[in-house]
Amino acid sequence: MSDTAVVANTGLAKFIFGRLTLESFPYHEPILVATFAMVALGGIVLLAALTYFKLWGYLWKEWFTSVDHKKIGIMYMVLGIVMLLRGFADAIMMRAQQAMAFNGSDGFLPAHHYDQVFTAHGVIMIFFVAMPLVTGLMNYIVPLQIGARDVSFPFLNNFSFWMTTGGAILVMMSLFVGEFAKTGWLAYPPLSNLGYSPDVGVDYYIWALQVAGVGTTLSGINLIATIVKMRAPGMTMMKMPIFTWTSLCTNVLIVASFPILTAVLALLSLDRYVGTNFFTNDLGGNPMMYVNLIWIWGHPEVYILILPLFGVFSEVTSTFSGKKLFGYTSMVYATLVITILSYLVWLHHFFTMGSGASVNSFFGITTMIISIPTGAKIFNWLFTMYRGRIRFELPMMWTIAFMLTFVIGGMTGVLLAVPPADFVLHNSLFLIAHFHNVIIGGVVFGIFAAINFWFPKAFGFKLDQFWGKVSFWGWVLGFYFAFMPLYVLGLMGVTRRLRTFDDPSLQIWFVIAAFGAVLIAIGIGAFLVQIAVSIWNREKLRDTTGDPWNGRTLEWATSSPPPDYNFAFTPVIHDNDSWWDMKRRGYTRPLEGFRPIHMPKNTGTGVILSILATAMGFALIWYMWWLAALSFVAIVGVAIFHTFNYNRDFHIPLEDVIRTEGERTKLLAVQAAS
Amino acid sequence: MNVPTQTINGTEVPVFYVVDEHDHPAGSSTMLGFWLYLMSDCLIFAMLFATFGVLGGSYAAGPGPKDLFDLKLVALNTAMLLFSSITYGFAMLEMMKGRVKSTQMWLGITGLFGLAFLCIELYEFHHMIHEGAGPWRSAFLSSFFTLVGTHGLHVTFGIIWLVTLMVQVARFGLIEANQRRLMCLSMFWHFLDVVWIGVFTFVYLLGVLR
Amino acid sequence: MSADAHAAHGHGHDDHGHDDGRDHGSFKSYMTGFVLSVILTAIPFWLVMTGAIENKNWTIAIVVAFAVVQIVVHMVYFLHMNTTSDAGWTMMALIFTIIIVVIALSGSLWVMYHLNVNMMPVHDMRNMP
Repeated sequence: MSDTAVVANTGLAKFIFGRLTLESFPYHEPILVATFAMVALGGIVLLAALTYFKLWGYLWKEWFTSVDHKKIGIMYMVLGIVMLLRGFADAIMMRAQQAMAFNGSDGFLPAHHYDQVFTAHGVIMIFFVAMPLVTGLMNYIVPLQIGARDVSFPFLNNFSFWMTTGGAILVMMSLFVGEFAKTGWLAYPPLSNLGYSPDVGVDYYIWALQVAGVGTTLSGINLIATIVKMRAPGMTMMKMPIFTWTSLCTNVLIVASFPILTAVLALLSLDRYVGTNFFTNDLGGNPMMYVNLIWIWGHPEVYILILPLFGVFSEVTSTFSGKKLFGYTSMVYATLVITILSYLVWLHHFFTMGSGASVNSFFGITTMIISIPTGAKIFNWLFTMYRGRIRFELPMMWTIAFMLTFVIGGMTGVLLAVPPADFVLHNSLFLIAHFHNVIIGGVVFGIFAAINFWFPKAFGFKLDQFWGKVSFWGWVLGFYFAFMPLYVLGLMGVTRRLRTFDDPSLQIWFVIAAFGAVLIAIGIGAFLVQIAVSIWNREKLRDTTGDPWNGRTLEWATSSPPPDYNFAFTPVIHDNDSWWDMKRRGYTRPLEGFRPIHMPKNTGTGVILSILATAMGFALIWYMWWLAALSFVAIVGVAIFHTFNYNRDFHIPLEDVIRTEGERTKLLAVQAAS
Repeated sequence: MNVPTQTINGTEVPVFYVVDEHDHPAGSSTMLGFWLYLMSDCLIFAMLFATFGVLGGSYAAGPGPKDLFDLKLVALNTAMLLFSSITYGFAMLEMMKGRVKSTQMWLGITGLFGLAFLCIELYEFHHMIHEGAGPWRSAFLSSFFTLVGTHGLHVTFGIIWLVTLMVQVARFGLIEANQRRLMCLSMFWHFLDVVWIGVFTFVYLLGVLR
Repeated sequence: MSADAHAAHGHGHDDHGHDDGRDHGSFKSYMTGFVLSVILTAIPFWLVMTGAIENKNWTIAIVVAFAVVQIVVHMVYFLHMNTTSDAGWTMMALIFTIIIVVIALSGSLWVMYHLNVNMMPVHDMRNMP
């Protein structure tokens, strides 16, 4: 808020609270107060319910401190879905604002609020919706697909999740304590420098991403090590399920790109906190260097989001077509080529910066080349479906919607890759339409395909079909209504991030887009209803086989939900579609000879470290130096203390294994009899 | 890879699971995981080098490398780091032989060399800031202080880690977990050496030549 | 990529403790590395401090070449890089990182150099690269 500068802390209050004053709380903004009231009310109800049903101990012991990759995966998914609601609330506010702000009307959002809304929307959707959902999926599925009992570093996995959550908490805090950045989702300097953004918004941005970034990088390292070292015997690289392959490439991209983001945000924070001159306009600084560096991270990030979903679509297509994936090898090589090429295209995000014809043509050409392996994948999926016995279950519906939508997004992407065309379309709504086309059409549809596909594995019952279809049509139609008009507007020259408009002839397109947003709201609502209805009807939707879709890969070989140890015996692999191969060649489930199983112990250290890191971020945002120093020392101390614990594993006793497996035997027998 | 099979009721059925399983050796992925972390750290340094490469010539009418760098001091500093590398190597060799005392001694010497390196670096920084060439003076100085300072920060954490490990070795001996940790720190320490080669070459030597 | 080449030792169950192809060096190898590093450090410092070679570009080339060689020496003798540890995955990770570092470094310098040349108003626009 611009008027905070008037009332500043002095003396002791300044030492304790830094620049946090009463004025930092936006009690004079009716929209925020109403939101806060709702969130607070919801929060109190939730906390009261947890206390009433005595769930705190259960949550702490079974979930928060758990190092089980399955539970961590589910927690990631829950985080992603909760943040989706926040990110979507921002989206629908923007659509409403733009549909209203014509003919001299100012809409309902004041400028400083609108700017925070579009920044928060981008940041939340990428970092706290797409990333947790993708990471959650990989966390849950990959160890099961490779026949492992957990990831390589189970404690680190828990810690990574809580760091991501810490970042999300900081973003959410900015809603009610201070404000968020007003700079757009990548916080370009010089606007994000102290001179033009003196308040806490950009600092919230920096520290939320830094805290979450630690988690993301570590989980990337963890999953690479898991895939490299923990595969079941017989599973050579070229016998890995395709989702595991795309996950491997995704995590390679994460480990090789998130440090770049960390570095560039660190430089920005030095500019803001220490007064260095990296991205300033004077004393030799160069703001365009920031743009250059952040896109070296930013473009691989795009592929970090989409690659795992390419894996999901491959698994879904082959399962629901009842065929082996067409062109497995070409799929693997296409993924590897994308992994490397994604580092060679970053400049296409700033063709207009002025690097000249030679630079622009190089990056234009590499951008067009990267569309080739992606195109090859589309053909592979089409040939997988060709002459297949296709079952139009929900995951398959999402996959087909993806193929149709993504191809359009891909083609507009190739248009934008042509530098002269980009000079016209840069920063226009055409660009906005393009990247929503590939992110919603690719990532979001993929997430929903994955949720519908693997939900029965995680919880032991299928998701409701009817509400799933409502959600599907809401999303698909909503997407087209919301974003096709933006292509038109972009071609007419309308730029992004505008709050009000002068030309009344444009309004109809924004109204159509707002209608699309309402349809998407129905899609999201129906998804939540779908989960609720499915839980309500779980006995009817129950799957006792562990293999509801006649699956092909190892995760379907174990029970749904899988036991803590995933597999009582480590599987031996002979084929890419290993479970399919096992079913075909007369695999029988072992009923005796069980052994105690070696597993990692739960620990609360991850939660504690994340709380401290979040506190440190908060302290740095508000210039509470004593708290920052204290929490930093505490982080180092707790981390060192943690290393003094050498006793991190235990054995699941034999009786427990026998009991768990015995129950499954009974279930399977009931199933076979009915 | 040959397909293991077993015979049940006269028909050949491939083996689908491991029967006589042994525990996964604890920490079998640690070295690879730590190496991957080092690679990610390497990219942070790469970005700082890139920033120095782009902004290293922007003196903003302030002092340049020739006015500021004292190559004798840098040579001394490089020597400290090189000595600490070889002494860490000796510590590892002693660890392999299972000798706790001499391992601890070499670790201690390594730490002291690291500390000497840090002190010289801090002296250099202090001197430059005192002369009015702080990180806020120009983009060149911003990128210089950040690159060299980040390396120094890594050395600092290396020393804290080293002390922690010395305490752990003293308390629990050279058990397998501690050996693994010492090997990780060894990689970290030598990795910082490699980064320093880049720093003294591209920042100091080429800076003076610029 | 060399996915097939690693297929044979693909899974982790063969690895026990230290028996993963990692080599820990010997007194001799550490000393070799140390002596080489000292030489490779001393010569560039001497070249720059005394200005032994008149031509600056030659000095730069030699200094950079020595740095590259010294990095390799450190990798081999101190970090014990080889193609067998963890079934070649450490080497793969290193090569991949080097590729990314080269792309990011040279790309940034190239992009920013052209930007500076084009966007600084003092120069003659006819010679735009």
